[in-house]
Amino acid sequence: MKKILMIAISALLLAASVCTASAMTLNAAGATFPYPLYSKWFYSYAKQTGTKINYAAIGSGAGIQQIEARTVDFGCSDAPLSGADQKKNNLFMFPTVGGAVAMTYNLPGVRTGLKLLPSTIADIYLGKVKKWNDPEITRLNPGINFPNMPVIVVHRSDGSGTTNIFTWFLSDVSPLWRQRVGAGTSVNWPVGLGGKGNQGVAGTIQKTRGAFGYVELAYVLQSGMTYAAVKNSSGNWVYPSLANAREAASHAKIPANFYIKFTNAPGKNSYPIAGFTFMLVPKNLAPAKAAAVKSYVRWAYTNGDRDALSLDYVPLPAKLKTRILNELNRQVR
Amino acid sequence: MAEKLSRKKILSPEKIFMGMTGLFSLSVLLISVVVVYELFSASGPTFHKFGLKFLITKEWDPVQKVYGALPFIWGTFYTSLLALLIALPVSLGIAIFLSELAPAWLRSSVGFLIELLAAIPSLIFGLWGLFVLSPILQQYVEPPLSNLSWLPFFTGYPLGLGFLNAGLLLAVMIIPTISSISRDVMYTVPSNQREGGLALGMTRWEVVSKVVIPNSRSGILGAVVLGLGRALGETMAVTMVIGNTPQFSLSLLDPGYTISSVIANQFTEAFDKLQISALVELGLILFVISVIINAFAKLLMLRMNRFSRGARI
Repeated sequence: MKKILMIAISALLLAASVCTASAMTLNAAGATFPYPLYSKWFYSYAKQTGTKINYAAIGSGAGIQQIEARTVDFGCSDAPLSGADQKKNNLFMFPTVGGAVAMTYNLPGVRTGLKLLPSTIADIYLGKVKKWNDPEITRLNPGINFPNMPVIVVHRSDGSGTTNIFTWFLSDVSPLWRQRVGAGTSVNWPVGLGGKGNQGVAGTIQKTRGAFGYVELAYVLQSGMTYAAVKNSSGNWVYPSLANAREAASHAKIPANFYIKFTNAPGKNSYPIAGFTFMLVPKNLAPAKAAAVKSYVRWAYTNGDRDALSLDYVPLPAKLKTRILNELNRQVR
Repeated sequence: MAEKLSRKKILSPEKIFMGMTGLFSLSVLLISVVVVYELFSASGPTFHKFGLKFLITKEWDPVQKVYGALPFIWGTFYTSLLALLIALPVSLGIAIFLSELAPAWLRSSVGFLIELLAAIPSLIFGLWGLFVLSPILQQYVEPPLSNLSWLPFFTGYPLGLGFLNAGLLLAVMIIPTISSISRDVMYTVPSNQREGGLALGMTRWEVVSKVVIPNSRSGILGAVVLGLGRALGETMAVTMVIGNTPQFSLSLLDPGYTISSVIANQFTEAFDKLQISALVELGLILFVISVIINAFAKLLMLRMNRFSRGARI
């Protein structure tokens, strides 16, 4: 009797799982940086269209592995995959949304508005500028009385897209950084403390006098931390803001494989430390799923900007969106 | 009838029970074997590339693809050792007080509080270490310590985060483990032995040091090993306060890095296959370290038991 019951129950469960699989559901995995926005997008999209998207925010590296193994329908990564790797794994990659990185600090008596040259930021992270009253810093900030205190450099200890954008920027502005350290989601930092996640870095900076570090713009705006103005490649002092990051994105050079990088971008008010996060779709995805992915991307590009801005993300320029949608239609069938 | 009986014998509840429990115990062995095999096979690429040099290389550079385990092994050992140095005297004091000196009503309430401490998730300890302990250390504790910079243990600038913070935090986390087990072991010392000691004119202190502690030595050692195990493998709390800087330093004020922290930090966003393999090999090293420590403790306990039995006769 019990046995029969067991068989009946397992048969039912099996049937149920087959049923849910046949309804339109997309599975995705990857980057954590866009997750707050994606979950909002997925929720609204499911409500409007009935297509459900399950997203596991397990990190960009893991997302790339999952999509290479085809265990998910699309993957997401903060750092772009090189053209060669895209080709090797038959993937189509494109940006979805962007973010900016703010330079923030904890100096008693010093408010938002410290002016820093890109080369000074690089020198601090290389360990060449060690004290807050170093002439490299004081020269540009005549009104501020700097303490004779070491600069406690803070960086991300976990691999992250934020670090990738920041080290791209440092490699752009400092040949020595490019040669000695380079860029990536985690690098061999010459100096400094590591904090886990944006909240780890933000917490360390808020609690450590003399600390200096880089954090995603949203964290700085929402937690009221002090942040620096940076000189951009047009010679203007710019604050990290959505408007300034959008201007930088509009000047991005777009290669055919969408490996887009716009740190230290030209433009009058462009903020120099910003970048996109990316989505990876197999070119040979099953037709029904491919159609679902395409209509989701179209929906997100058309309806997603308001949500993005309210969560401090940088939407893509309209021209770029059109170009991506055309390519997506052509390359993923 | 006979057939029914014999069938009953084969499928007797006793036999089923034995088979099931045996299977469960076997599964533990199987899981360990699978874990070791997986760690070995996944760390193949780094093992081929760096060999044993992996253990003594100081660099960890994902951009240049050079990986070494030394700073992480050092950080793991150093923080655990510090934690043990701080936690052992405190825990023994707690255990002695609770089992020998405290009045009955205090015993149960203090004991309850200590067990409560063990139930706090490590993330909470980590947040406390980052937001409460680190500013206190940076502003009030480490500046006077850094005046002793002629000692290698106190060089460097007070950061608030680093080996000292991690060691203190780990000590707080392992005190409940060591003290509550030691207390339970001390309870089991027969009271006629204590009375014997008192009858011979021993003081309270002499009873504790000559009767209670020698009798519960192997249990205390077991408690220390359990505490050490927790300290070696602790991830979240340490990651938040150690500063995550791979370097080999004796100074308590310097930041460091532990094996479990680097795995937690870098595994999710590791792009490069070699980096993933290096992280897995670090996991294997941590596994081997815990096996060695446990085996060593087992041996020590065996020797101690033999010794104390001999002494008693």
